[in-house]
Amino acid sequence: MTRILQHLATAGGCGALLALLSVRAFSQLEPVKIGALFAVTGPAAFLGAPEAKTARMVVEQLNAAGGVAGRRLELVLKDTGGSPEKAVSFAKQLIDEDRVLAIIGPSTSGETMQIKALCEENKMILISCAAAEVIVKPVAKYVFKVPQKDSQAVTWIYRTMKDKGIGSIAVLSSNDGFGAAGKKQLEDMAGEAGIKIVADEVYDRQATDLSDIVTKVKSTPGVQAVVNWSIVPAQSIVAKNMRQLGLEVPLFQSHGFANPKYLQQAGLAAEGTLFPAGRLMIVDDLPDDHPQKRVLAAYKRDYEAAYHEGVSTFGGHAYDALMIVAEGLRRAGGPDRDKVRDAIENLKGFVGTDGIFNYSATDHTGLDLDAFEMLIVKQGKFTSYKKQ
Amino acid sequence: MTGASLALQYLLSGVTKGSVYAAVAIGFNLIYSATGVLNLAQGEFVMLGGMVAVSLAHYVALPVAVTGAVVIVALLGCLLEILFFRGLRRHSVLHLIIITIGLSIVMQEAALHLWDEKVRSLPYFTGNEVSSLHFLGAAISPQVVWVLGTVGATVLALQGFLQFTLPGRAMRACSSNPEAAMLAGINLRNMRTLSFGLSAALGALAGCVISPITMTHYEMGTPLAIKGFAAAILGGLGNPMAAVLGGLLVGVVEAASVSRLPAAYNDVAAFVILLLVLFVRPRGLFGPRQCGTVGEG
Repeated sequence: MTRILQHLATAGGCGALLALLSVRAFSQLEPVKIGALFAVTGPAAFLGAPEAKTARMVVEQLNAAGGVAGRRLELVLKDTGGSPEKAVSFAKQLIDEDRVLAIIGPSTSGETMQIKALCEENKMILISCAAAEVIVKPVAKYVFKVPQKDSQAVTWIYRTMKDKGIGSIAVLSSNDGFGAAGKKQLEDMAGEAGIKIVADEVYDRQATDLSDIVTKVKSTPGVQAVVNWSIVPAQSIVAKNMRQLGLEVPLFQSHGFANPKYLQQAGLAAEGTLFPAGRLMIVDDLPDDHPQKRVLAAYKRDYEAAYHEGVSTFGGHAYDALMIVAEGLRRAGGPDRDKVRDAIENLKGFVGTDGIFNYSATDHTGLDLDAFEMLIVKQGKFTSYKKQ
Repeated sequence: MTGASLALQYLLSGVTKGSVYAAVAIGFNLIYSATGVLNLAQGEFVMLGGMVAVSLAHYVALPVAVTGAVVIVALLGCLLEILFFRGLRRHSVLHLIIITIGLSIVMQEAALHLWDEKVRSLPYFTGNEVSSLHFLGAAISPQVVWVLGTVGATVLALQGFLQFTLPGRAMRACSSNPEAAMLAGINLRNMRTLSFGLSAALGALAGCVISPITMTHYEMGTPLAIKGFAAAILGGLGNPMAAVLGGLLVGVVEAASVSRLPAAYNDVAAFVILLLVLFVRPRGLFGPRQCGTVGEG
């Protein structure tokens, strides 16, 4: 009799244990998958590599803190190599096979434009980490973006020029998507800003030396400043060649300059370089009551501790994209894609690294001019440029 | 700027670019002289030289880092030859060239994973990012003088080696008539290993001296190899001195085109000149007469 009771007790215990296990398993049943398309390698690796590192770190942090809306997150990361064709095929894979809740990325505007329609058709949330205006203009219901717009960067540059009394400039840009977008924006907005472009040169992305172009700028009469729109190594080569050849006019760079590593590459030649950027680069100088201070300081500290390299604005884009999806998921209470999308569109005053986001049905960038600030290189460090 | 100093400034800009191309072109020439093979992975040796030197420079003095990089990449060059070329049953020149294309891709990917996608550089050998030498109203970075000096010294040493030493002569013999060289007791395979090692060393040295100017990253090899190749062809394959002249010429043509045309056309100008020269003079400006027919081993 006792033996039977014992058996029963054991069986009961096992049953209870099983039931307990299955309840636990049920609550953790499926993690919420989030797709990520980043150009981890290839020509846009300067964008994609810090973005991928950031995304991995943030997902780990969110999961360590108990997940979002009671669910764990799972990052499905694909390296597009910066190629639009790969971005399209990976996006299809994320939509059809992985059935992710949302896609963050791609890193470049070219890739984003290739998958914009695809995501819209499949009602897939896309939070792009690329800057071009066309991504959100016209607005597509499911497509958002986090970086500041190119036009905002140009507005800041032209505004600073006005303050300094600069009226005629030389524009240098690289022959890739980033350079071409900046060049077009600079040309389009020059007339309205009262700026005259007297020299306009495009050079090879892989150029090894640009002293001939700098010579040309130097011999062009009336150049009061140079704007360069490219990434490393060219953006550092321009700075060095200008100083080596004694072209002593202010050098403005794009927001692509916002990485301490690039500053280091240009060395002394970068001194005095002006460029628009988010506040991630000057977080230590921000007053404690600045609304972005806490988020920026935490991201910078965590990233640098995890990867032993300086943060870049681009990594910040991935941070913002992922946190926006997570916030949408939290507000929607579960991975219902349409509810999450609505929650994202209604985000107001959401503090990210790029600025403070206020999305609406007509504005899928969510940032205003204030998200940028003009920075200057002083004694080998980025500092805020205040009009003297 | 006056007209004359402006022209001089363009010339010096051309020399700056050209010195980089020349440094890369010398390595092309050596393997070609010895084996008749165009090593399309030459740009990757340049890249690796720079990468290794930058990494070593964290721990040791600059001259040691550069020497170390040259030795390491030279050994790698020998190793690649032993692994991928020595065992080949049939080795027509075409086979060998295609293998070098494969090697170039593999080395690029390996560099991406060993290091990362970031751009790095060696410090300027003399002065810094903003220093320049001035004369007659024009300016040039002191590093260009280093590149030209290195290129000059290398060419002289190479010329001496090929003309006056036994292994150098053996190397030339392999190129001009492999079968006769073999009959004379020259070990063709060892010569090919030696030539790969040497040209890897030359590439690595180039990668180090140009690093402060061009900066070093995993993707730099291919575009440099294309320009270096153009320089070597323009000068005439098989003649190291001609490679240097070819390199400088390509650089100066590019700078001259920038002075008149939009900068976007500078590659067009360089390659149009290359094509014109090849139409009129297929062996290049200073190439040996039999160039292009040797080495069908």
